[in-house]
Parts: sequence; structure tokens; C-alpha cells
Amino acid sequence: MELDLPFIWAGIIAFAVWAYVVMDGFDLGVGILFPLYPEKHDRDVMMNSVAPIWDGNETWLVLGGGGLMAVFPLAYATILPALYAPLIVMLLALVFRGVAFEFRWRTETGSRRWDVAFFGGSLVATFSQGIALGALVQGIEVENRAYAGGWWDWLTPFSLATGCALVLGYALLGASWLVLKTDGVLRMEAQNHARLALFGTLGAMAVVSLWTPFLHYDYLDRWFHWPTVGFSVVVPLLVAGIALLLWRGLTHGPDWQPFVCALGLFALGFAGVGISFYPHIVPFALTIEEAAAPAESLGFLLWGAVVLIPIILIYTGYAYWVFRGKIDPEEGYH
Amino acid sequence: MFESFDATLLARIQFAFTVSFHIVFPAFTIGLASYLAVLLALYLKTGNWVYEKLFDFWKTIFAISFAMGVVSGIVMSYQFGTNWSVFSDRAGPVIGPLMGYEVLTAFFLEAGFLGIMLFGRHRVGPGLHMFATLMVAIGTLISATWILSANSWMHTPDGFALNESTGQFVPVDWWKIIFNPSFPYRLLHMVLAAYLTTALVVGGVAAYHFLRGGGQRPEVRRMFAMAMAMIVAVAPLQIVAGDMHGLNTLEHQPAKVMAMEGHFQSHPDGAPLILFGLPDRDAQTVHYALEIPKLSSLILKHDLNAPLAGLDTIPRDQQPPVEIVFWSFRIMVTLGMAMLALGGWALYARLRGRLYESRGLHRFALVMGPMGFVAVLAGWVTTEVGRQPWTVYGQMLTAESVAPISAPAVAASLIAFIVVYFAIFGTGVGYILRLMKRLPTVDEDDMIDSPLRTHGITPGPANPDRVKEHHHGA
Ligand code: HDD
Ligand code: HEM
Ligand code: HEM
Repeated sequence: MELDLPFIWAGIIAFAVWAYVVMDGFDLGVGILFPLYPEKHDRDVMMNSVAPIWDGNETWLVLGGGGLMAVFPLAYATILPALYAPLIVMLLALVFRGVAFEFRWRTETGSRRWDVAFFGGSLVATFSQGIALGALVQGIEVENRAYAGGWWDWLTPFSLATGCALVLGYALLGASWLVLKTDGVLRMEAQNHARLALFGTLGAMAVVSLWTPFLHYDYLDRWFHWPTVGFSVVVPLLVAGIALLLWRGLTHGPDWQPFVCALGLFALGFAGVGISFYPHIVPFALTIEEAAAPAESLGFLLWGAVVLIPIILIYTGYAYWVFRGKIDPEEGYH
Repeated sequence: MFESFDATLLARIQFAFTVSFHIVFPAFTIGLASYLAVLLALYLKTGNWVYEKLFDFWKTIFAISFAMGVVSGIVMSYQFGTNWSVFSDRAGPVIGPLMGYEVLTAFFLEAGFLGIMLFGRHRVGPGLHMFATLMVAIGTLISATWILSANSWMHTPDGFALNESTGQFVPVDWWKIIFNPSFPYRLLHMVLAAYLTTALVVGGVAAYHFLRGGGQRPEVRRMFAMAMAMIVAVAPLQIVAGDMHGLNTLEHQPAKVMAMEGHFQSHPDGAPLILFGLPDRDAQTVHYALEIPKLSSLILKHDLNAPLAGLDTIPRDQQPPVEIVFWSFRIMVTLGMAMLALGGWALYARLRGRLYESRGLHRFALVMGPMGFVAVLAGWVTTEVGRQPWTVYGQMLTAESVAPISAPAVAASLIAFIVVYFAIFGTGVGYILRLMKRLPTVDEDDMIDSPLRTHGITPGPANPDRVKEHHHGA
């Protein structure tokens, strides 16, 4: 059987992006929630709950970007210029929050400043990512293997809406992560914030989902015609079911339940985007096939991906395991 | 201020600026990660608490540098697409997989074990903690290997074919791509540079404490002795490696060597070594040249009378900016010689038993502390500017590589990068300098700028003499 390399790679890249979204999603979410916890002690605990793992989480972003360049160079070369401004802003925001993890402990007088950098960086990075997603969903103009649109094409009411949606979604991930990792009053507050964020996320998902089919005829066609209409029916039902489980988890369930359910919500949203895009990788301009690198590149890197990604998942899992359980507020920074 | 600049020039400035900031951190973290692994191994083997103190001391500094290396690196991996999209589309099939392997084999390894190395010591026990530290060190070296392979391929491309319809470089032989002709030299030279840079910093910090009267402390002495031993060993190696690298460059990128040497004219019977002078591209000559006859032919060809071609054999529009390359090369080589001199002096002092007493040596070591960074930057400027006007040497021009972006967009992002990088990384370097100023044994309270401190490090398990415990948030 002939392997369909571009298709396999589209799946791997999609997995890397999803892994990035949920993993960095919860640590960005913790940053977004920072202003709601003004106590220094709470913030120390929140920071410590993600400090050992944030770098690994962010590496999935590098795999998504670097991998795209390797296997879909044409997609990389058209999407990135099209999203120039939001991406540069995202990168700068990630600089602020990334260094805050270390800088915050290095100064007493200035630690508030790094709290603000952590919050601001997390919020702006998330918002930019949401805008980038929205701009991609709207479609990108490509001519002669190059981006052919204008410099402000990414800025539309729709992309602003997806920006807000992602902020709410990451806040939900962050709050449910805190429920999982903390105790006492902090955990109770996180439960309340998770409830609010859940409403916000569901509302935003509804708005974006109702809006998307009207952006482009292809989406409308995809969502309301057989066989894909099946998903249009099933996915909302699943979302409702998982949201219910999440809600229950917040009051009765074990503390991992809200977090796992939040991951599930993101997986569904992500699947929705995937179904809408297929077979395009750059909506309406380039298909997976057209954007793919030569088979020699795809095959060479596939070996690495098949062997190494499972190993990466194992030791990443191990690192999470080492830092499992509730954060002990007594346990300090390195 | 940027009106007269076109988008290509701005994109180049932006790339040079961001990559120059980035490389400063790897140059330090590659060496420091290995140093930390050595310190920890020595501690576990000998049980000598001096090593543990030194490990704790440098670990915090490492953590800050590493964080800055990571965030500046993520910017790099997206810049290829935002600013050099045509290059990415065409060369992506070749250098993309190399960078993909870098992520899969190195970045995840570093990131996965960094948390355990920094925070997990008492959770996993000494054996696994040592393993994690080792993995981080190995990860930095693997990372250097792949990225330098990618970079070297752009200098000496091999093992590819061109697809006429898409314009893409298509990989034909991966072995030839990865082990392209300049890669082994560049890898060796860069890894040695990282080790030298770290040794100079460690030695400079120790020297600072000697000069401030901390010279009785065993940690300061051990630090200094280790750093000087490293410099004694590596500085000569680096010069040999640099010479070999230069010979390789002469073979594959002769115009770059002509620019480094300042040879505008061809010399059919033995070329002089120009020590200093003012290269002038318009006049195609070096003014006020101070030269040693025939030495250049001796160095490059191992023959006093060997003919050497000059830039007069290269079309004007394919000459690199000679002035920059000429000077950056001299800065690097001068510093290399100065490092050799430092090593020689330290060896001499050691033999006379005055390694810990010689104030002159300590002053010299302090001045040399940051010079590794200067040499690394000068080296990269030589390499990259000397490649111009090409991005993929002989195949693709820089002017063809740039993304279809408008000058105002690049100018705005460039200004944002400059402001943010100076503010953030400047602050980070300030924190690092403050950490370096305290003595390794001094109480952790001195690590921050206030007497009131509520968090600190958790003591290692095998450290009975540490009685005080500080916790943050407690
Ligand atoms: C000689 C070594 C070397 C060179 C030339 C470069 N880097 Fe680098 N890079 C490293 C050595 C390194 C490292 C030692 O692996 C770092 C530095 C500090 C660190 O945190 O890891 C790193 C970090 C780092 C990261 C963050 C990884 C993470 O998430 O953990 C990215 C995305 C890049 N780099 C990308 C690049 C790109 C696109 C470069 C070329 C333009 C580049 N680096 C030049
Ligand atoms: C990390 C240390 C590095 C430094 C300090 C450095 C420095 C520079 C400088 C100064 C320029 C501008 C040259 C000019 O415009 O005249 C440049 C350009 C460039 N370099 Fe490097 N470089 C480094 C590593 C790399 C690596 C590892 C790669 C590729 C994997 C790379 C790829 C490029 C590209 C694509 C350009 C833009 C096109 C060009 O102007 O040549 N560089 N670099
Ligand atoms: C004094 C002896 C030295 C000689 C003869 C020498 C020679 C060279 C040459 C010829 C190049 C350009 C290679 C090319 O791109 O074609 C180079 C690049 C470079 N040098 Fe040196 N060098 C010396 C010392 C040093 C020192 C002391 C350091 C740092 C501590 C250093 C760091 C670098 C770096 C980072 C590069 C760019 C990466 C590369 O191309 O390897 N060099 N060197």
C-alpha cells in the first residue's frame, strides 16, 4: 500500500498544534487568571504549578512552526507573512511571560512588575493566537506561491471574536488546572472561575460556530451536507455532554475531571476546525497536497517523528509524573 | 528614521539583531550545561560540598540564561516564515527537516528534563537528578549539531537538486546534506567557542571575587582553577580549529577569505598578510595597510610563494561587504590570541604556585570574562556577512529570499524587537550580574534586591550542614 505522506504529515502537524494549544493553553490560562488572585502567596503557588513544565509545553509551538516549514514549506511561507502582525506580537508577548518565570524570583521590589508581565504576556499571546486562528479560518489569498493579501486582512470582527474565544478557553483550561493542582481556598476560587470560564467558552464556541458557515460557501456546504453534516449534529451534542461532565466535576467529581473535560472540549473544537479545512491547509488557497514538501523531505522526517514523538511523550509524561499531585506551598523555587 | 531603507535591508537588520541576541545565550548555556553536569558528577563522586555549592550557584544563573535563550530562539524559528518566506518555501524542504530533527531530538529533551534538573532534585533522588542534568547538557549539544548543519548547508550546499517548476531545493542525498563540507569545521569551532566563553565567564567571576578579597574561599579557588584549566586546554585547540575552518572556507567560499584578508588584488607570487589597514571597496584597496610579505600564502597554502587570487577576480556585485568582514575577523582572532595568552599566564602562575595570588592574572581574567561573547559575535558576523550577497551560497541571493512584506511593517516590528530585547534581556543580564556578585556560599538572602525575602532554594538531601531553610510563600 502506498503511504499518503502529505496526509500523514497533516495529521502529525495537527496533533502538534493541538498538543500545543492544550498544554501551553493551560499555562497561558494560569497567567490570564493572575489578576483574579492578588495574594502573593497564591501567585507563588500558581507559578510553581507550571514552572517545571512550561518550557516543554512551549516546545510544541516550535514543533508546529518548524515542522510546518519542513513538511509544508509553502503553507509556512504564505501563512506567516499573512499573519505578520499578530505573530510578531505573539512572539514578543511570549518573551515577556517566558522570562517572568525566572525574573519574578530575582527581585522583591520589582516582582509586581513581572507579575504584570506574566499576565500581560499570557493575555496578549493568547489573544494573538486566537486572532491568527480566526484569520486563517477566513482564508488567505495566495498568488504565485506567495501571500497576496493586504497587511490588515487579519483584522476583522470575526478574528477579534476568535481572539476573545481563545482567551476564555485558555482561562477555562487554566482554572481547571488550578483545581487539579491546588488546595483549600485557592482551589475553591479556581472552581468558581472555571464555572464562569465554562459559560464564556461555550458561548464563544456557539458564536464562532454559527458565524463560520457564513464566512465562506465551502464551510456552509461542508457543515450542512451529507456526510459531514453528521458531525454538525454529533459535535454539539458531545460538547454539551462534556460540558455537563465538567460542571459536575467541579462540584462532585475528582479534581482531574474538569481538566480532562476541558481538554475534551478543545479536542472537539479542534476537530471541527479540521473537518472544515480539509483538504485545504491554507483555506481556499492551498490543499495539503499542493503545499507538501517533496516526498524525500516528508519521508526523511517521518522516521524521526514516528520514533521520537512516542519517546517524547513518554519522558514528558514522566516529567509531569514527577511533579504530580497538589502543589506544596512549602516547596520552594529551585 | 527608516524611510530610506527597503524591506530587504530592514529584514536583514532584524534577522541580524534577533539572531545576535539569541546566540549570546546558547554560547553560554551550551558550556554551562556541561559544566553543571561535571560539577554534579564530581559532587556525587567525591561528596565534596564545594562542588555542590558551585552547582547551586551556577544553576540559578543557568536557569535565567536558558529562559532567555528559549524565548529568543522561538522568535528565530518564526522569523524564517515572516521575513524570509521565499527562502522558506524554496529551501524549506532541505533545511526544514534538519530543524525538525533539532526540535525532536534536542529541544524536547532539554525542556523535558530542565524542570527535573531545576526543581526535582529532592523528588527524584540524586541518580535521576544527575541523569536529568546530563540530558539537558546533551540536548544543548544535539541542538548545536542540527542548527549548525542547517546553517552550514546554506554556506556549502550539497546533496540537492533543483525543481525547475517550483524553484524548490529538493533533497537527494541526506548524508551529503547533513555532513556538508563546512559542517564539521563549523560545529567544532562553535562548540569550542561555547566552552571557551563559559570558561571565561566562570574565570571572570572567580577573578572578581579574588580581587574583592574572597580568595580564601575554597569555592572561589576551585572555580578559578577549573576555568583556567579549561582555557589552557581549549584556547589552543580553538585556534587550530579556526585555522582549519579558514582553509575549508578558502576551498568553498574563496571570496569570503579574500574579504577577511583584505586581498583586493591577486598575488601571483606570494600574498602578504595584512595585519591592519582601512579597506575601501570603492577604491578596491586597503589604505595604510600594515603587512607582512608572503605570510598569507604561508598560512593559507603552506607555501611562501603560492599564488592567491584576490577580489579583482570576483564581479563587484558578488563581493561581500569587505570592511565589516575584515574587521570582525580581526576582532575574533585578536581575542583568540588574548585567550591563549590568558591560558599561558595561568599555566605559568600555577607552575610557580601563584595561581591564587597573582593580582595581575586576576585582573586580566576579569577583563577577559565577557570576551568570549564578543568573539562569538565577531565570528558569526564574519561568517554571515562574508556569505553575502547569497543566502544559499552560489544558488539563491539574499535579495530573492525576502518575504513580500512592506517596509513599514518590518520597520515597526524591528523597533518593537529592539525596545523589548534591550529592556527584557538587559534586565535579565542585570539579574545575572547581581547573582554573580555574591559569593557561592553566601546566604541566599543576598540573591535579591531586598533584605526581606520569603522564598529560597530547597536544600539538597545530602547537605547536612545547611541548617537554614528558606521557603517562598511559607
Ligand atoms: C550553536 C548553537 C545554536 C545556534 C547557532 C542557534 N541556536 Fe537556538 N538554541 C540553542 C543553540 C543554538 C540551544 C543551546 O539549544 C538553546 C539556547 C538556550 C536554550 O535555551 O536552548 C536554543 C534555543 C532555541 C529555541 C527554543 C527551544 C525551546 O523551546 O526549548 C529555538 C526555537 C531556537 N533555539 C531556534 C534557533 C534558530 C531558528 C536558530 C537560527 C537562526 C538558532 N536557534 C541558532
Ligand atoms: C546564531 C548565530 C548567528 C549570527 C550571529 C548570525 C548573524 C547574521 C548576520 C549578521 C546576518 C546579516 C548579514 C547581512 O545582511 O549582511 C545574517 C543573515 C542571515 N543568517 Fe545568520 N547568523 C547566525 C546564525 C544563523 C543560522 C544558524 C542560520 C540558519 C539556520 C542563519 C541564517 C541566516 C539567514 C537566513 C540570514 C538572512 C539572509 C542574509 O542576510 O544573509 N544564521 N546572520
Ligand atoms: C585566533 C584564532 C581563530 C581563527 C583563525 C578563527 C577562524 C575563523 C574563521 C576562518 C571563521 C569563518 C568561517 C567561515 O564562515 O567560513 C570563523 C568563524 C567563527 N569563529 Fe573563529 N577563529 C579564531 C578564534 C575564535 C574564537 C576565540 C572564538 C570564540 C570564542 C571564535 C568563534 C567563532 C564563531 C562563533 C564563528 C562563526 C561560526 C563558524 O563559522 O564556525 N573564533 N573563525
